[in-house]
Amino acid sequence: MTQTNHIGKGPNRVDGPLKVSGAAHYSGEFNVPDLAYGYVVSSPIAKGKILKIHADEVRALPGVLEVFSHENVPYLAWFDKSYKDQIAPGGSPFRPLHEPDITFNQQPIALVVADTFELARYAAALLRIDYEQDEHETNLETKRAAGFVPGKGKTGFQPPPPPRGNPDKALKNATHSIEAEYAHGAQHHNPMELFTTTVEWRGNGKITAYDKTQGVFNVKNYLMGVFGLGKNDVRVVNQFMGGGFGSGLRPQYSVFMAVLAALELKRSVRVTLTRQQMFSIGHRPNTLQLLKMGTNPDGTLASLQHHALHETSQFEDYTENVVNWSGMLYKCENVKLGYQLAKLDIYSPQDMRAPGAASGNVGLEVAMDEMAYAAGLDPLEFRLRNYADRDQNVDKPFSSKKLRECYQQAAAKFGWENRTQEPRSMRANGKLVGMGMGGGVWDATQVKSAAKALISADGQLTVRSATGENGTGTYTIMTQIAAETLGLPLEAVTFELGDTDQPEAPIQGGSWTAASVGTAVKNACDALGEKILKLAQKPADSPLKGAKFDDVEFVNGQLRLRLDHDQAVVLRDVLQTSGETQLEADSSAMPNMVKQNGYSLHSHNVAFAEVEVDEDLGTIKVTRVVSAVAAGRILNQKTARSQVLGSVVWGLGMALMEETVMDHKFGRYVNHNFAEYHIPVNADMPHIDVIFVHEDDDIVNPLGVKGIGEVGMLGVTAAIANAVFHATGKRVRDLPIMLDKLL
Amino acid sequence: MYPFTYSRATDVADAVRDKAGHDGSAYIGGGTNLIDLMKMNVEQPAHLTNVAKLPLSKIEDLPDGGLRLGATATNSDTAWNEQVKQRYPLLNQAILAGASPQLRNAATNGGNLMQRTRCYYFYDIATPCNKREPGSGCSAIGGYNRIHAILGASEACIATHPSDMCVALAALAPTVRVSGPNGERTIAFEDFHRLPGEQPEFDNTLAEGELITSLDLPEKGFAKHFAYLKLRDRHSYAFALVSVAVGLEMDGDTITEARLALGGVAHKPWRDKSAEEMLKGQPATAETFGRVAAHVVANGVGQGSNDFKIELARRAIVRALKQAAEGQQEAGDVYLGGQ
Repeated sequence: MTQTNHIGKGPNRVDGPLKVSGAAHYSGEFNVPDLAYGYVVSSPIAKGKILKIHADEVRALPGVLEVFSHENVPYLAWFDKSYKDQIAPGGSPFRPLHEPDITFNQQPIALVVADTFELARYAAALLRIDYEQDEHETNLETKRAAGFVPGKGKTGFQPPPPPRGNPDKALKNATHSIEAEYAHGAQHHNPMELFTTTVEWRGNGKITAYDKTQGVFNVKNYLMGVFGLGKNDVRVVNQFMGGGFGSGLRPQYSVFMAVLAALELKRSVRVTLTRQQMFSIGHRPNTLQLLKMGTNPDGTLASLQHHALHETSQFEDYTENVVNWSGMLYKCENVKLGYQLAKLDIYSPQDMRAPGAASGNVGLEVAMDEMAYAAGLDPLEFRLRNYADRDQNVDKPFSSKKLRECYQQAAAKFGWENRTQEPRSMRANGKLVGMGMGGGVWDATQVKSAAKALISADGQLTVRSATGENGTGTYTIMTQIAAETLGLPLEAVTFELGDTDQPEAPIQGGSWTAASVGTAVKNACDALGEKILKLAQKPADSPLKGAKFDDVEFVNGQLRLRLDHDQAVVLRDVLQTSGETQLEADSSAMPNMVKQNGYSLHSHNVAFAEVEVDEDLGTIKVTRVVSAVAAGRILNQKTARSQVLGSVVWGLGMALMEETVMDHKFGRYVNHNFAEYHIPVNADMPHIDVIFVHEDDDIVNPLGVKGIGEVGMLGVTAAIANAVFHATGKRVRDLPIMLDKLL
Repeated sequence: MYPFTYSRATDVADAVRDKAGHDGSAYIGGGTNLIDLMKMNVEQPAHLTNVAKLPLSKIEDLPDGGLRLGATATNSDTAWNEQVKQRYPLLNQAILAGASPQLRNAATNGGNLMQRTRCYYFYDIATPCNKREPGSGCSAIGGYNRIHAILGASEACIATHPSDMCVALAALAPTVRVSGPNGERTIAFEDFHRLPGEQPEFDNTLAEGELITSLDLPEKGFAKHFAYLKLRDRHSYAFALVSVAVGLEMDGDTITEARLALGGVAHKPWRDKSAEEMLKGQPATAETFGRVAAHVVANGVGQGSNDFKIELARRAIVRALKQAAEGQQEAGDVYLGGQ
């Protein structure tokens, strides 16, 4: 074993000391000189027109610099395509301060800029605005018959595959069948860090935007398009993020506002949204799902039908993959999947942790539980009887799939064999006890990414790629990959990210960062390694003379022959004697389409949950969760486990408490604050066991990683909902399961 | 947030004088609620008189055998005070069931009584609210009202008082001592908060400029038979959907004296004296508890999304009475749902 073998171990976060000491700077912490502050004014109505903004009253206040609105915004880009970011859905992106029309509640309609934040906020409160109000519609229930099938539009969206077999006939002839509707309301990401942009005015029309975003290049391209900026006019930086969960995938209006003000005022400007405004930047959509299932006499699925309808805005067709997973998680010859949108007077939904899958998974996995009961089968046994070895959506085998091992290991750890099938049959501590399970599937994706590696004469390696760190552990895993590739200790490596001056990386989402950026980092380090080898071979007496790159390895600070470890040079000696002060190499990584073409690439998981329910009072306590994840190779046991723990928190929140409530009278979210939008707190959390089932997979990418940011959330919500049914005999099909639904 | 001036009072007389000397002024203690409301533009005081540092933070014995809780003692210091733990464990439990340790460390006893409702619409100035803007209408009626009142509400307002501590206080029945421009007076706790009626803008019966200086608990603390049961939408850091404070005195299995108050159901901590009378002399049985609980909620009125609270309150009362009668509760216990 070598000391520079880092991948798969569990080192601490390399950025941990910076974070706990306050040295990690977030976007609202760049205190550039002469900073002005912008405060966003939000619409109090859902639909209508602004008649007049009495801006002069506010401009007159000493210290107020300007009030920006549609009335005075300078000429900006005209075509939709200038406003479209990398993952913009179909339709016309929202253009802040573009026109007097109001199309959703809390729409940003003005920006007040002042010398201090306090003054800007006060002035915003004084700003009088006259409106003409129109009738709005925000209730998805009214649109049940008005659903439409969206076009492709958005990157990553796959329309459901066409039906296979004869699903209706198979359902009719099934031995047992079920049909049920599932629903959940809107949910908001609510990262702890508010959306903030600090724009540094660098003079001559040049700016640096320190912006809370999951994609610095996505924001840069947006700003170039909207404001007509040149490539060298704008730099976007985001080195740390206090949580994103998808809310930072698209450029938010905070960055638009801050850049607008900075360019107009020729001054540095910061804009920070309020917690209430965090409920106006996209959300997991209110979704209705209809599931129909039938089984054959042997407990195999005869028919599976899954239809989903969710809300979108009037101006964009936000899409996510809700139902497709149902066609691939279980083996079934007769499948029909449907997906529709309905337009409401709301802001566009936005990708939120495991977008689409988290919603569809609840429908599928609760329906599977209902089906298992209807067929008289243990829910785990039922899933095993319907295990899919091929992805029937595309009729391809999986590149790797150890879901069966996940089932087995998690069930054993959980003690599933102690469960009695009958609802209400288990009790402890005077409470009803329930055990439930659910599993899921998510894409293993690799996206084009680039990285640069530099090594100095003293052997310090720096690697750069403009990816993100939203708390997932990017700094740490990239440091591990780079250090292992060049045989260095972690301390000799610095990974830098989140800056458009660095090589381009995709937005940090889709669970693809480890695979995409990780491969680019490895490639860049390999390219640098080739240069180092050439240097090492220069001396006439080099022990590596004639060796090809594939013949050598970098281990423990040495470069040596793979087959003869004594033929070695010390890396640092090579660099120091070469006379070079620095070596560098650029590389990028693309998925190997040829290799991947014949396979379906996915990660899988299962979660088992135990609940205790106080039958008289309806209170639910989740007591234990065991989560098993098969996601290829795990790069860092510690950060990966933390991601899955966080996923369990998310799954629990979705199951029991998270819901943004719309008051349809006002077309406005009413619980838009942390006191009333409930996310789980420590007291809600159960004991959580995380199991990683290793998969060897050199098809997905050279590192063999599949990503774990989203898959861990799947199954959890359904497992808890199914456990509540097992405990109480009550099947709650509309989330969240709050205590009144059990009374 | 609107601009305001600020001064720190040195003693009670100074505080009263300072506030009276400024139009649109407010006292501020821990500020855990007022500052939020100012940020939301719900409250717009032109001047703040800080009373948090007044010499009112002692918790001390009273000659009549009671205990005086200083108005500026923090909720944490009060909950964990040895006398409170030993003699009034119901109060300890109720305080610990509320907010978070950080908030309890800042919040004062006087301020706890002065908390304003958590009604969604009260907090959102984009919507009408009679409590915030008298005469503008009540958005919660016919709106989303999960956390709203089922007892004692009016056509003008269905807001609830959010405090946990005050529910225990309603059961323990202290006297509220106040000082104001016209001198000192005392207010029975049950008369301190009010029902909304046609003037929901008034949460309590304090006169203009009056400042709470202490809460004087009577000797009787129900330390043997008590319960504070709080039901909420997550296990901590959430306001009560329904909470129940119970104090009993028992002679064997017979209830000789009872206190019963509810939180989360009305504009004020809801003490039901008729229910207390019904319990007196009765055996501590499920039948007794059920009868009393049904009586308490008999006049309950749901508003749609809070209809369930009538039944939830009934069940919670039965449970809390049972827990109190069993006498198994200890200071420091906080009910966490299924645990």
